[in-house]
Amino acid sequence: MTKEVTKLIHKYLRHDKKFPHVWCPGCGNGIVLGALIRAIDRLGLEKDEIVLASGIGCSGRMPVYVDFNTLHTTHGRALTFATGIKLAKPSLTVITLMGDGDATAIGGNHFIHAARRNLDLTAIIINNQIYGMTGGQHSPTTPYGCYATTATYGHIEHAFSIAELAVTAGAAFVARGTVYHARLLDELIEAGIRKPGFSVVEAMSNCHVQFGRRNQIEDPVTMMKWLRDHAVATEKARKMKPDALEDKFTIGVLADLEKPIYTDEYQKVRDRAKSLARQ
Amino acid sequence: MRTPSSKNRRLLQGNEAIVEGALTAGCRFFAGYPITPASEISEMLSVRLPQVNGTFIQMEDEIASMGAVIGASLAGIKSMTATSGPGFSLLQENLGFACIAEVPCVVVDVMRGGPSTGLPTNPSQGDVMQARWGTHGDHPIIVLAVSTVLDCFDITVQAFNLSEAYRVPVIILSDEMVAHTRETVALPPVDRVEIIDRVSPSMPSEWYVPYEGNSRGVPTMAAFGEGYRHHVTGLVHDVRGFPTQRADEIQAFISRLFQKITQGFYEIQITKSFMMDDAEVAVIAYGSVARSARRAMSDAREQGIKAGLLQLITLFPFPRRSVESVLRQCRAVLVPEMNMGQISREVKRVNHFACQVEKYNRIDGELIRPDEISGKLAKL
Ligand SMILES: Cc1ncc(C[n+]2csc(CCOP(=O)(O)OP(=O)(O)O)c2C)c(N)n1
Ligand code: SF4
Repeated sequence: MTKEVTKLIHKYLRHDKKFPHVWCPGCGNGIVLGALIRAIDRLGLEKDEIVLASGIGCSGRMPVYVDFNTLHTTHGRALTFATGIKLAKPSLTVITLMGDGDATAIGGNHFIHAARRNLDLTAIIINNQIYGMTGGQHSPTTPYGCYATTATYGHIEHAFSIAELAVTAGAAFVARGTVYHARLLDELIEAGIRKPGFSVVEAMSNCHVQFGRRNQIEDPVTMMKWLRDHAVATEKARKMKPDALEDKFTIGVLADLEKPIYTDEYQKVRDRAKSLARQ
Repeated sequence: MRTPSSKNRRLLQGNEAIVEGALTAGCRFFAGYPITPASEISEMLSVRLPQVNGTFIQMEDEIASMGAVIGASLAGIKSMTATSGPGFSLLQENLGFACIAEVPCVVVDVMRGGPSTGLPTNPSQGDVMQARWGTHGDHPIIVLAVSTVLDCFDITVQAFNLSEAYRVPVIILSDEMVAHTRETVALPPVDRVEIIDRVSPSMPSEWYVPYEGNSRGVPTMAAFGEGYRHHVTGLVHDVRGFPTQRADEIQAFISRLFQKITQGFYEIQITKSFMMDDAEVAVIAYGSVARSARRAMSDAREQGIKAGLLQLITLFPFPRRSVESVLRQCRAVLVPEMNMGQISREVKRVNHFACQVEKYNRIDGELIRPDEISGKLAKL
């Protein structure tokens, strides 16, 4: 096992100059990074074929550690850059990595439109329910009643459910996992990358430093247990009564549809344009 | 001189000539969001780009358009967006990314009256300083201004060439008047136009240092997916492209960004002189106002005034060498603009001579007429 891990580290991480990383000890971001690497390894993709683009936040720092074509964009805009890359070179496997604030506050508009448009991109969103990097301000996924540095008297807004939002916006593949259910996360990310079309994988994660500390769950282990106890598999949830699911969230695949893919459709546009120009 | 053959003569609108220039320069990606008076550029490229295996996409806003343009350029495709004031404000954030990550691309701003929604269908030159300083932080930038339909073609080609040669975003400032004026122009045959492409690395990938300067200060640029895996970030980075906090690396990096433009100044500084040889008074103008100024100058000559014109095509880096020689030569200079004096302030800044610099401004959404300029010239 350790040997396997070491092999993967040597194969995919950039050792030169980039470590130690910026994340706090116990942060869930590392588990998502591990899951992403294992998924890519299992898919057998060439490193040269992969573009990993992130936004800004603790999560946004991930690309710098891995040996792909990597891009650290502006806050909330990773999907817009990814759109340009994918359209320019459809053969590349383009994966974006965003935080919850990144993807659904400042980048919310890009997120729903990317889902609607259906380019073959994979969007991994690390949802730690808080703005980690800037010091614990509330995000669009901070639960009602929780505390944040900008919600010292208790949060009065209501949270987005990211995966459900993606389903409604029309994403071809939507899944949710957690950093506690690491093996499932590997599988979901692998399925997301494999799926042609726009895929969203929401990874529920722990930020014990900025979220936990203000909400009486100061250590990563307790936060992990919280994730374990509140996650319900999608298949099981279908058989449960709505009130039993009140404070729970589902994990697994939420949507998997066949939709025409933008780059395939655009190739048809090109063919039409050329044949009309010849006439 | 170009010999206009009747075959190439076409009746074009300014926006259309920008499209022709972009396609000739090798632009194969456009992302934009509709806005008057720039929309025709999007519409025409949505028709033309797929015909040449290029890509057109209408994004959800101008922030997204600029992001997509940068993404496509990073993947090796020459790309562009076109907008007007409100959209130009929105895209500034990602324009800064193109500056710091040295991503070649072209941004067209067809100026209309502002601030805010302002005057959507009237010309203005109100965005000059925004083009220079619109994105935050200290950064060099290239800004070019078009004044005729033929300019729209020529300058768009130049804009792509400069952006590729220096790895910088280049801004083209047009205005509603230039954009919608129709003129018969003779476009040069494609094979007669000089096209510059970014220099890609040729060394083995393990030797590639993505942000290492060279004698020109312009690093070679590898496209994503070509074996030169590297990191691109909007954070200040070291030569490897990795974020740095080291003062020596920060200093070296920001200095190189400026230095490459300073070093290329004479190539980047584009101006046109008309009847300047014996001029005693001169007009310094750009954009559609330069067109009125040309007429005004010949009218003034008829009245016996020794007038000349310096038309600025490059607005930034400010073409101080050309401006200084006019200021040195002339008794007085007039700077007419459709704003409160954004370039006249630059002219005054470099005026270390005994030259009188006067401004003339209109901010009512109307074009400055030749008789207004010649009237002012007569009083200098
Ligand atoms: C335009 C802009 N506004 C604000 C910021 C400051 N900022 C940096 S990260 C961040 C929030 C990060 O939170 P999230 O996206 O949830 O990611 P996390 O740090 O939790 O991984 C903010 C507001 C910025 N970089 N850019
Ligand atoms: S602040 Fe939170 S999200 Fe950021 S590295 Fe620390 S634990 Fe992780």
